[in-house]
Amino acid sequence: MIRVQREDFDVGAELAALSEGRADIGGVASFLGLVRDMNDGVGVSAMTLEHYPGMTEKMLAEIEAEARQRWPLDAVLIVHRHGELRPGDRIVLCATASAHRQAAFEACMFLVDWLKTKAPFWKLEDTDKGAAWVRARASDDAAAEKWTQDPSGER
Amino acid sequence: MKILYFAWLKTKVGLAEETVEPPADVTTVGGLIDWLARRSDGHAAAFADLGAVRCAVNQDFARTDAAVAPDDEVAFFPPVTGG
Repeated sequence: MIRVQREDFDVGAELAALSEGRADIGGVASFLGLVRDMNDGVGVSAMTLEHYPGMTEKMLAEIEAEARQRWPLDAVLIVHRHGELRPGDRIVLCATASAHRQAAFEACMFLVDWLKTKAPFWKLEDTDKGAAWVRARASDDAAAEKWTQDPSGER
Repeated sequence: MKILYFAWLKTKVGLAEETVEPPADVTTVGGLIDWLARRSDGHAAAFADLGAVRCAVNQDFARTDAAVAPDDEVAFFPPVTGG
């Protein structure tokens, strides 16, 4: 399930809902992304997340579909916020449920790695030195690329 | 053709979106960029460093050799930084 929203979310409630009424799920892995008060040594007081409505949902759905194709997943959740956020605020929750932990862990990492390079979001930070658009990191490209080159074996 | 701009491209162009009618010989993303860049100083500034610009045609990532047609939605933006 994909959700793009301005509102905050309740992590406990989201994870509980993922396996509600299911007895075949053995584990849920999750990643929670938060706003930091520091980026590249510069203080950050606030952040505005812009996105491309329509394409965002489309890309997240494609990423979910790709994860489901690669791993035996019983449930997938991606919740991504947009709008104005402050340090400590929740930005994104990715969660994967599967019969066994390895698929859940791997798929969750895959979701985050691909989301960071394929979902059309942009962060504008209010910093000590003024407002600045966050630059993409080569390390994020490399993290996403590794799932293309080495798809963890045969899946 | 509907053109969308995001993040700093929107700031530089001064528009979030515009509807344009490029000439018939504009058939690719690259051709469209060359044509758009001549519309104003802001457009020229937005497209000055193409290494920093990404594109989507009808909400799918597209390279500069991708085709564009009159009814397309074409978006320009910097590399994404979500998550």
